[in-house]
Amino acid sequence: MMRPSVVVWGVAALLGSAPAARAQVDGQAVYDRWCAGCHGVDGTGNGPAARTMLPRPRDFTTALYQVRTTATGELPTDEDILHVIDVGMPGTAMPGWEDVLSRAERDALVEYLKSLSRFFQGDAPEALDFGSATRGTDEAVARGREVYETVECWRCHGQQGRGDGESAPTLEDDRGVPIVAADLTQSWTFNGGGTVEDIYRRLRTGLDGTPMPTFSDIVDAGVISDDDLWALAHYVRSLSPQRTPRVREVVAAELLTDRPVPQTIDDPAWQTADRFYVPLAGQIVVRPRWFNPRVDGLWVQALHDGQDVALLVSWTDPSESPAPQWADYARRVLEVMGPDDEGAATEPGAPDQLVVQFPQELSEGLERPYFLQGDPRRPAYTWTWQSGGGGVIEGVARGMGSAIPQAPEAQHLRAAAQHEDGQWKVLIRRGLATDDEEDLALPVGRAVPMAFQAWDGDNGERGNQGAVSTWYFLFLRQRTPRAVYVAPPVALALTLAFGVLLIRQTQRSAGAGGRSGPGESAQFEASTSTEDGGIR
Amino acid sequence: MSERPFGTRYALVAVALLVAAGCGGGEPGGEAGGGEAAPMESPVDPATAGHVSAAVTFSGTAPTTAPINMSSERVCAEKHATQPTEQSFVAGPNGGLANVFVYVREGLGDLQFPTPSAAVVLDQDGCVYDPHVLGAQVGQSLTIRNSDGILHNIKASPSENRPFNVSQPVNMDTNRSFSVPEVMIPVQCDVHSWMNAYIGVVEHPYYAVSDANGSVSLEGLPPGDYVVEAWHERYGTMSTNVTVATGQTAEISFEFTDEMAGSYVPIGAPIDLFHPDGHRGVDHP
Repeated sequence: MMRPSVVVWGVAALLGSAPAARAQVDGQAVYDRWCAGCHGVDGTGNGPAARTMLPRPRDFTTALYQVRTTATGELPTDEDILHVIDVGMPGTAMPGWEDVLSRAERDALVEYLKSLSRFFQGDAPEALDFGSATRGTDEAVARGREVYETVECWRCHGQQGRGDGESAPTLEDDRGVPIVAADLTQSWTFNGGGTVEDIYRRLRTGLDGTPMPTFSDIVDAGVISDDDLWALAHYVRSLSPQRTPRVREVVAAELLTDRPVPQTIDDPAWQTADRFYVPLAGQIVVRPRWFNPRVDGLWVQALHDGQDVALLVSWTDPSESPAPQWADYARRVLEVMGPDDEGAATEPGAPDQLVVQFPQELSEGLERPYFLQGDPRRPAYTWTWQSGGGGVIEGVARGMGSAIPQAPEAQHLRAAAQHEDGQWKVLIRRGLATDDEEDLALPVGRAVPMAFQAWDGDNGERGNQGAVSTWYFLFLRQRTPRAVYVAPPVALALTLAFGVLLIRQTQRSAGAGGRSGPGESAQFEASTSTEDGGIR
Repeated sequence: MSERPFGTRYALVAVALLVAAGCGGGEPGGEAGGGEAAPMESPVDPATAGHVSAAVTFSGTAPTTAPINMSSERVCAEKHATQPTEQSFVAGPNGGLANVFVYVREGLGDLQFPTPSAAVVLDQDGCVYDPHVLGAQVGQSLTIRNSDGILHNIKASPSENRPFNVSQPVNMDTNRSFSVPEVMIPVQCDVHSWMNAYIGVVEHPYYAVSDANGSVSLEGLPPGDYVVEAWHERYGTMSTNVTVATGQTAEISFEFTDEMAGSYVPIGAPIDLFHPDGHRGVDHP
């Protein structure tokens, strides 16, 4: 981390351009234009947009910076501040500015941010020596799991790292507002970055201003070794997918030819079914809006057997709402995040909820209902599941929150739900066709628009105040025609045979000095074209 | 109060901090020798000194303190014979009020005091901070002890000093110190949300925390006029003037009342340096 910037500075110093450029840029002007909206003109983190953000924007007057290379309580280095400006803080509202502002502007900004706190008057802070990463072997990951137990990360982050530890509901940051324990299964949302090196650094430095402490002292005290801390970083990294999930527009449902769709969540068929990641964002269009969604993504799997389709949707949610130990958390979230919109939730106690939505009718073109549960002209056909044993209900909606459940005799869905280690898994099944004209018949071999919404009741969410996705597609794969498997080998074999014969023929005629008979050649052509015809 | 240039003080503090913190953010078990780094004699002649004895009382309806549910933490629950309650109000049998931080706020002029070489100890025992309210001198080592052997994190959230947040997953000691005066610095454990403590950091040795009888003594003060302040986490601050004479013990009293509930409680408020008028607390007459 340090070396490239040292080089950059060295080069800049040689060229003599950096100081001149810096002198020309007014850090305050840059700040006022790009930063004050959230962080406030006075730098206290109380800009006009701050109320829609949790965590709240950083208060620069306290000089408390989460992502540093310095010990807990120490000031960040200039490079630390620049780094966060450059790449932003994943998992929060803070974007990266590397592509928006020039280097000179960003440097001027660093100086201006420091000027907002009197703590920066002393000597420049020094970065810790982090050494270099150990190898992430299976042994290291296994050892990391042991360290996870020893240093009790699970207290806040939970046994499987989903932020569902017993202390999680009581956490608050330096401003006294609720803060979540990071979901360690989503490395792309880690505030300080998701690489093993990033994780190790956060363990060494802590995240000042949050409940996350430093673990440097226990290494110094010999409670665990530095290698152990690296092992812990490798283990934490291993809880997330190796790569940040790619968003794919089409959720493909494989066809099961030799068995019916799974009826249970732990059916082994799910282990091999493709997983599709669907990001979610707060519903901020229809009032009352919601700026603080807990569920920021779902994993969707789909299978069908020609008769029924089964969807398995999984997502991180620390609690089975409404859980008594989370009631106070929800209340505190509502206190700081409740928008002033009419009808906004004020009391905790709502269940968790998942809505899977389709158009009620498929159009020939690309036209789809409004993504927030349809509109009066184009209704959405919805599957609504709620925690607390309510099962899953079919309905028709003509706008966000307007779903009307279909009559009990017109309900065709089967559901199973499981909450374990901070994760919901909800299985929903339905026949591809139903006897109800109000239902969307799910065609095989055609992309059907599909969208999702999710609520965490213990995060203060209910009504229209939840997380939503845009439209995706569900594609039920067709039975693969046998010809697909038969034709290529046959064609290959024939081509090969033809080639061999041709070579032989040529060799023979060259050796004999004679010509091949036209009859033989015609015979090959005839047989090839016959097979071709058969394939078609 | 103090007109000394910042530089000297910060230099002393910086040296003390370096010794205390070692080079990698804290050397557990290492003595933080603020006194060693800056050997200094006390400027007070014991032969001429006097004392202050304060009686801190509470009158009115005592607030109810919520019991702490430690059922999820068997190790800690077993350390308590009876169910512990939150420590924001602890009164003695004779009207004495405990956990009141009493210190000399004004009157010491430019006197400089050596940093004690002995550390003050903040213990975590039975998922409770012991003591709940404590004092330390600027630069003095604070030893944070985990006697529970389960995870605690110790998060100090000062506003004049720099903060820290340290994890202690096993029985161990960790040392830290504070570089400028601040009354009071809140300390909390995020693992056990009921655990909190307050540390008062001053530049001199004239501070004490009241016991359950409400008694406090400040000993060995040079003769003169002082302003003594008493701080309570629920009832805010009270201050009084006192004159100390050689060989005498001046008696003062602080009577907190239930009417003071909801008062402004200075936490993390500066005493001097940046706010020369003293801290922003509202004094009760």
